[in-house]
Amino acid sequence: MPDISIWTDYFGIYMKGFGNTVAASVIALLGSFAIGTIIAVFRISSVKPLRWAGTAYVEFIRNIPLLLVIFVFYYGLPSIGITLSGFICGTIGLMVYTASFVAEAIRAGIMSVPAGQTEAARASGLSYTGTMRHVVLPQAIKIVIPPLSNQFINLVKNSSILGVFAGFDLMYYGDQVAGKTYATFDTYLFVALLYLVLTLPLSYAALRLERRLAGNG
Amino acid sequence: MDIAGAFSYHNLIFILKGFGITLWVAFVAIALSFVLGSIAGTLRYMRIPVVSRILGVLVELIRNLPLLLILFFTYFAMPDIGVKLGVMSSAIVGLAVFEAAMISEIVRSGLSSIPKGQVEAARSSGLSYLQAVWHIVLPQGLRRMVPPMVSQFISLLKDTSLAIVISLPELMHNAKIVIAQSYDYTIPILAIVAVLYFAVNYALSLAAKRLENKRI
Repeated sequence: MPDISIWTDYFGIYMKGFGNTVAASVIALLGSFAIGTIIAVFRISSVKPLRWAGTAYVEFIRNIPLLLVIFVFYYGLPSIGITLSGFICGTIGLMVYTASFVAEAIRAGIMSVPAGQTEAARASGLSYTGTMRHVVLPQAIKIVIPPLSNQFINLVKNSSILGVFAGFDLMYYGDQVAGKTYATFDTYLFVALLYLVLTLPLSYAALRLERRLAGNG
Repeated sequence: MDIAGAFSYHNLIFILKGFGITLWVAFVAIALSFVLGSIAGTLRYMRIPVVSRILGVLVELIRNLPLLLILFFTYFAMPDIGVKLGVMSSAIVGLAVFEAAMISEIVRSGLSSIPKGQVEAARSSGLSYLQAVWHIVLPQGLRRMVPPMVSQFISLLKDTSLAIVISLPELMHNAKIVIAQSYDYTIPILAIVAVLYFAVNYALSLAAKRLENKRI
C-alpha cells in the first residue's frame, strides 16, 4: 500500500505543479494551433518559397527530439545574450514542436477536400480566402479534429519535459518531493495519478468526438 | 561562436559516442517493443476474456502517462520496491514498455481494419480461428501497420533523448556536457546534434514511404 502521507503532506506542492502543467499545456496548445495553421497554409500555398519554407519547417522539426528544440531556447539563446526561464523556454519549445504535427494534420485535412470544390468556388466568384473560409475549412475540420486531439493529448504528456529545465511543472515538483522524502515510488505514483486525471478524460473525449464525427461523415 | 573549438576531435568523438548509444538503445527498444506490442495487440484483437480486458486497461494507462515519468519509475522508483536496474536497462525497459503500448494499439487497429467476413469465410472453409488470424488477418493487417509503425519508431528514436534525466550517456546528454564547456560551442553543437537526429529519422521516414508505395 502506498504511504498516503506522502500525497497529503505535499498536496499543495503537487497542485502548484499541476496548475503550471495545465497553464503550459493551454498556452502551448493555443500557440501551436496558431503557428501550425500558418505553416499548413504555407505548405499548400501556390507561392513556391512559402511552400518550401513550410515543408522545411515540418520535416525538420518533426524529425528532431522535443528536448533538442527546447535546448535551442534554453542553452542556445543565452549564448547570444537572451536568457529566458525554464517555464518559458519549455512552453515555447512545446509550441514550436507541436506546431509541426498540427500543420501536418491541418494540411492533410485541407487536401482531403476535393480540388474540384475549390475550383467551383473560385469559378463562382469567391476569393481565395473566401473559398478557404466558406468551403474548404468547414469540411476539413472534421477530418482534422481526431489527429489534432491526439496531438494535444501528446502535448499534455510532453509538457512533463519542463521538469528537465526547472519549469515548475508537475514533473518538476514531483521530482522535488521524491528527492526530499526518498519515497520515490509513492511520489511518482501520485504524479502518475495526477497526469491521468488530465489525460484520461481528454483521451475519452477525443475518442467520443472521433466516433461522432465518423458517424456524421 | 567557435566552430573549430566546438568541433575539436575530442568533442566530435564524444558526440558520436553518444549518438552510438542513442542508436543502440533505440534499436534494442524498438525490437523489444515490437515483440511485446505485437503480442499485446494481437491478444487484444482476439478478445480473449479477462486477458484482453486487463491488457486494455494496462495499455490505456501507459499510453496516457508521460514517457518521462515512466523513465523516472524504472530508474528511481523501482529500487524503492526492490527492483534495481542499471541506467541503460532502465532506459531500455522504460522506452520498450511505453512504445509497446503504442505499438499494440497500432497492431490492434490494423488487425481490426480487416473485414470480419474474411475470418468467417476462412472459418467456414475449415481453418481454425488461430489459423484464420495467422494466415488471413495478420498478413493483410501487417501491411497497413507499416506507416504508423515506422512513425512510432521515429518517435522512439527521438524519445531516447529523454533518458538524459537518468544520465544515460546518449547524444543529448553528451551534447549538454560539451555545451557546458563554453557558450561559444552551444550553437554549433546543437546544430550537429540536430543534423544527426534529422539524418536518421528522415532516412527512416523516406524508407517507410518507399515501402508503403511498393506494397500497395
